[in-house]
Amino acid sequence: MTAVPLPYRVTANRPESADTRTIELQPVAEALPVFAPGQFAMVYAFGVGDIPVSVAGIDGSALTHTIRGVGATSRALCAVRAGTQVGVRGPFGTGWDLPSAAGRDLIIVAGGIGLAPLRPLVREALSAPGTYGRLNVLVGARTPADLLYRSELDGWGHPYCGVTVDRAGPEWTGNVGVVTALLDQAAFDPHDTTAFACGPEVMIRAAARELLHRGVPAQHIRISLERNMHCATGHCGHCQLGPLLLCRDGPVVAYDRAKPLLTVREL
Amino acid sequence: MASATAPPAAGDTACVLDRDGMGALVRELRARGRTVIGPTVRDDAIVLAKLESAEELPYGWGVEHEAGYYRVRRRPDGAAFAHSAGPQSWKSFLHPERVRQWAADRGPDGEMTVRPERDEPPSFAFLGVRPCDLRAIQIQDRVMIGGPHRDATYGARRGGAFLIVVECTEPGATCFCVSMDTGPAARPGYDLALTEVVDEAGHRFLARAGTDEGAEILAALPRRPADDLTRTRAREDVEAAAGRMGRTMPEVDLRALLAGTLDAERWNDVAARCLTCGNCTMACPTCFCTTTEDVTDLTGDHAERWRRWESCYDLDFTHLPGGSVRGSGRSRYRQWLTHKLGTWWDQFDSSGCVGCGRCIVWCPVGIDITEEAHALHQESLDGQAGTEDGRP
Ligand SMILES: Cc1cc2nc3c(=O)[nH]c(=O)nc-3n(C[C@H](O)[C@H](O)[C@H](O)COP(=O)(O)OP(=O)(O)OC[C@H]3O[C@@H](n4cnc5c(N)ncnc54)[C@H](O)[C@@H]3O)c2cc1C
Ligand code: SF4
Ligand code: SF4
Repeated sequence: MTAVPLPYRVTANRPESADTRTIELQPVAEALPVFAPGQFAMVYAFGVGDIPVSVAGIDGSALTHTIRGVGATSRALCAVRAGTQVGVRGPFGTGWDLPSAAGRDLIIVAGGIGLAPLRPLVREALSAPGTYGRLNVLVGARTPADLLYRSELDGWGHPYCGVTVDRAGPEWTGNVGVVTALLDQAAFDPHDTTAFACGPEVMIRAAARELLHRGVPAQHIRISLERNMHCATGHCGHCQLGPLLLCRDGPVVAYDRAKPLLTVREL
Repeated sequence: MASATAPPAAGDTACVLDRDGMGALVRELRARGRTVIGPTVRDDAIVLAKLESAEELPYGWGVEHEAGYYRVRRRPDGAAFAHSAGPQSWKSFLHPERVRQWAADRGPDGEMTVRPERDEPPSFAFLGVRPCDLRAIQIQDRVMIGGPHRDATYGARRGGAFLIVVECTEPGATCFCVSMDTGPAARPGYDLALTEVVDEAGHRFLARAGTDEGAEILAALPRRPADDLTRTRAREDVEAAAGRMGRTMPEVDLRALLAGTLDAERWNDVAARCLTCGNCTMACPTCFCTTTEDVTDLTGDHAERWRRWESCYDLDFTHLPGGSVRGSGRSRYRQWLTHKLGTWWDQFDSSGCVGCGRCIVWCPVGIDITEEAHALHQESLDGQAGTEDGRP
């Protein structure tokens, strides 16, 4: 269903950080087609509205979403109780398309809530040992308390999973600074690497700049972009970025296509 | 078109209807259960509205257009279709301004039932579709039902609509369909095409069918075979109209021109005049953008999803939690024009402008899309001249 939501039951709602929660959903009856990592759903909080939310986990027809409460609808979704129902439309948009990177080294760069859409990508790579080259996961967050999926991160990098925060108290012994600084510790052959990045647009641009600088070609850098979206079906016009309709031609876009668009102010 | 895939009706169906024949056409369509929509004079404008009879057509009315200016005026010749675009377009009927998409109810344990809107729209017949507006409908077809996701509201209304094109013999001062290659002659896609002829031999309509249903309806009307005089006059009047366009676009690849203008100075100039009121987007027959509204009743357990037109000139249009992407008027006018003439091609493989001139007429400050395109073209030429001379 693309315009009318299907009821999904909330089976769990757990905190990730002060403003972010992860919810698990099961179809009540009919299920949507299976989502691919990188795609998104429109999730409806009863009577409030629906917003684009990436899939943070896919298990058959069960969906996991990690949502940061920033406004009316996202806060309402953070507050849903287990046992109640939400509406879901989808799947929408382009995915990360990991299989096309078979045999190549992988670099995954995430900032803040941007880790949510990358989680199923990491899991997909981990579930197919030998299919891909080296897996590097670089995670940035504002503070240690804002880190998502803390219990899972340890197993994520082969050989490297780095975490950094913008600022921290004395109890934090890890990295402090921008996520791109972690690239120094990643192990990859730039000419045979596919990179995936999601986070604030400034972070995406910085990550892409650093990757280009190290020799990863723009067409092998895939980024996920955020714009206002209402329909997700290509009819409402809100998600335009120049020639792209991001609900249809994105949210995952190759950087060679996105770069000239991201450098124009207020496009 | 009633059946978009039906081949054009076989044979020459051309015939001549007089004013009584026009009356019979409306009666025939109504007898077939069609809701006939056509032009009529109301509140000092020629609007599109439901017609009970052909006598409601604007016989003897024309319009005067200019940038930011619209007046109806009497015509001595009694013509019904000697007027160009009015304030609305057919999108008001195919892509209505406000529609309910679905309703949902919540039970005591938070369970949700969703009911899609069962839209049973009227079976429309559009009488008096201008060739530019036929193209506009075809452009909205691509947007609303031509992609991977079909819009149900539009699809249900469009699917059965019967289209009667009337060729243009009286273009307005703000028309430029010739530049956009959409008129003034009828292009394929109609069920019936008419050309209005008024001369010493009388007031009549040259009619031909584009579909089997069109041919069937013509066959049911009082008519006479098309005579040479009527055919010749009809052709000459349409050809003459092509030479009387009030506006033109620069004769360049507009898509390429616009793609090169993102940093143009001209956007500052137009932004100083534009009120970002969005009138141009409401009047434009191809503009399709919408927003959603979620409402609940007093119990909070009955919710509805509505969709209504929205304009890319609204500040909230690009709202993100960190602020709007297109905050300045400059960026919003630039978005509208580059989309219309440029990036629409990338998204939907056509222009987003058909040259109807509505945006020029209904702009409160008279901003003219053709004038802006010429200015952008001039600026790009000046820029090139600069580089060729070795100047910065
Ligand atoms: C493809 C995509 C995937 C996303 N994935 C996630 C995710 O996994 N987790 C997460 O926490 N956030 C995600 N977001 C961001 C999330 O959609 C916004 O934070 C959310 O829409 C904010 O809506 P709101 O009503 O809570 O806030 P407000 O700021 O009050 O928004 C007001 C209204 O703007 C409209 N709107 C539509 N699209 C957006 C948008 N993208 N951003 C802001 N407003 C919008 C909505 O109708 C919303 O109700 C994603 C965005 C996109 C485009
Ligand atoms: S942009 Fe202006 S002239 Fe072009 S189709 Fe829209 S209203 Fe008509
Ligand atoms: S161009 Fe004219 S009609 Fe369009 S938003 Fe600006 S002032 Fe309004």
